[in-house]
Amino acid sequence: MKRFIGFTALAVALSCATAQAQWSDGVIKIGVMNDMSGTYADLSGPGSVLAARMAVEDFGAEKKGMKVEIVGADHQNKPDIGSNVVRTWIDVDKVDVIVDVPTSSVALAVNQIVKDKNKVFLVSGAAASDLTGKACTPNTIHWTYDTWALANGTGNAIVKTGGDSWFFLTADYAFGHALERDTAAVVEKNGGKVVGKVRHPFPGTDFSSFLLQAQTSKAKIIGLANAGSDTINSIKQASEFGIVQGGQNLAALLAFITDVHALGLKTAQGLIMTEAWYWDLNDANREFAKKFSAQNKGVYPSMVHAGVYSAVTHYLKALEALKSDADGAAVVKKMKEIPTEDKLFGKGEVRADGRKIHPMYLFEVKKPEESKGAWDYYKVRATIPADQAFRPLKDGGCPLVSN
Amino acid sequence: MIEIFGVPSQALFGQLLLGLINGSFYALLSLGLAVIFGLLNIINFTHGAQYMMGAFAAFFLLNYFGLNYWFALVLAPVIVAATGVVIERLFLRHLYHLDHLYGLLLTFGLALIIQGLFRNQFGSSGLPYPIPDSLRGGQNLGFMFLPNYRGWVVIFSLAVCIATWFVIERTRLGAYLRAATENPALVRAFGINVPRMITLTYAFGVGLAALAGVMAAPIYNVNPLMGADLIIVVFAVVVIGGMGSIMGAIVTGFTLGIVEGLTKVFFPEASNTVIFVIMVIVLLLRPAGLFGRAA
Repeated sequence: MKRFIGFTALAVALSCATAQAQWSDGVIKIGVMNDMSGTYADLSGPGSVLAARMAVEDFGAEKKGMKVEIVGADHQNKPDIGSNVVRTWIDVDKVDVIVDVPTSSVALAVNQIVKDKNKVFLVSGAAASDLTGKACTPNTIHWTYDTWALANGTGNAIVKTGGDSWFFLTADYAFGHALERDTAAVVEKNGGKVVGKVRHPFPGTDFSSFLLQAQTSKAKIIGLANAGSDTINSIKQASEFGIVQGGQNLAALLAFITDVHALGLKTAQGLIMTEAWYWDLNDANREFAKKFSAQNKGVYPSMVHAGVYSAVTHYLKALEALKSDADGAAVVKKMKEIPTEDKLFGKGEVRADGRKIHPMYLFEVKKPEESKGAWDYYKVRATIPADQAFRPLKDGGCPLVSN
Repeated sequence: MIEIFGVPSQALFGQLLLGLINGSFYALLSLGLAVIFGLLNIINFTHGAQYMMGAFAAFFLLNYFGLNYWFALVLAPVIVAATGVVIERLFLRHLYHLDHLYGLLLTFGLALIIQGLFRNQFGSSGLPYPIPDSLRGGQNLGFMFLPNYRGWVVIFSLAVCIATWFVIERTRLGAYLRAATENPALVRAFGINVPRMITLTYAFGVGLAALAGVMAAPIYNVNPLMGADLIIVVFAVVVIGGMGSIMGAIVTGFTLGIVEGLTKVFFPEASNTVIFVIMVIVLLLRPAGLFGRAA
């Protein structure tokens, strides 16, 4: 008996010796929160949970002795629900990092909570550039894209080709306002004019009366400062009302490949948009897309999904170096120190204001005859190099940036 | 150009016409609800899901059977009405003698289940459904460009609404229906198959919802949540019109569509809520609704 106890004690002592890193509660818990069932569910939704899982597997977390758990939740695009979920996650379920969170109003609310509780917030889905501007915190990294990058890409390109009078159709909440503001700034900087704007309730279904106001304004470009099914419906109804035949053009300021899939190439052809990632750009992306879609009902990954994969990979890399996940600000500091590198976004970095830097791409939607099959929708019009794609560090008004 | 309250009159007329088009969807849907509530005393929350099923039925008929929009206009309501018959036979039949609340809870639960099943299968971005070729293009009316399809929507729903009202209020079949809800035992004594009539009435109300769904498919996205957003507004319309009144539902549907259209011009951010504000005012002043009979 004594020998048995002694043997057991020795075995336990030996196994303890291999545990060098101290994870809070022994496990790294990743919380993926987004819209699982509504306007933004196809561009984020359960696909983001899948992307996070793939990142953990590819990182080899198990072999490195890191026990990782992933949980998902639906915030239904409502800031109060999102805030409650995050609070419960952090206080009760001991979640260490919140990932994704599309819908900027929810992201801004979560941003504050994560700062107060000193955890980590990796934003992939939300767009408002305020997350690395006025609202920046030492606990948040804005990963995939933001409204400034979209305005800079799409807005710039369209004004330079003659689209110098704009009418905005804006989703009436934080994201729409931010996108409208950033794009209006780009238009006016390039000598264009904003002739009018109208705010539609979010989410909307019928845009006919707003499109009619856009038609009456005679602006050359109708800027759609909305996303998800709002953009899809706006474009569908615009084609019904003969807006393009009437000589005006639509600018989809934020569009995802899932939107183009829902519209069909016949309606969406010729649309110009800025995105951070596309599955058909290189072999690594293609391989990821194939593996992803096989587990996601055949739906291909959007840039938001790719961003979740990249962010989780870098987070685990930082944890491996830091060997602790308890102090959120310290983990984010580590993530800013280590340059980023993953198979989807290649090499990049995280800036002092929490902005992840990588090149952005200007895409044009193919005509139906140019496409070789489902999901073959984009052709690259331009690549915006990483140092020009995002708002300059000094212009953001982020308190973390020392001037 | 004459300006009315700072808006050019041309733009205003355009918005009124658009409001009329939206109003026709409200009218069709609230008509179905009013029929079901007025004649069966069931608050049919599944109406939104049945509207969505009508749109999906049209999508399937086109993509798997090659049947175009015109076939779908007839077949989709019939198919969805058949599911309505099943629901009525299996579930609703047992609730007629109970409080309204049970019917509401049951149909609400069914709506959630149906929507969840569809969303699980089809995602939420929606599926494309083309406008039928014969209705493409539009007319330049001077003050706005009216797509042919939207004009068709107004005319067709007006026709369906008036036909329904006529059948229920002015024909013998309608008279049997109305009598059967007031005093089923007595009507049964006259040899009329009351349970079958009730089932068919429910199926008819459901068919109306599905018809609205087919008409919505080309212009709104065919997605599993299309009914959920609309059903709340439609309930407000029915409450304003008076829960049991057929004519009330039709008139209120069109009127509120126009009111919403005007709000979109003058105060767009409130366009989602103006109908509920009106509902509150109407309930405070006339609790039975504008056309309703006090219970």
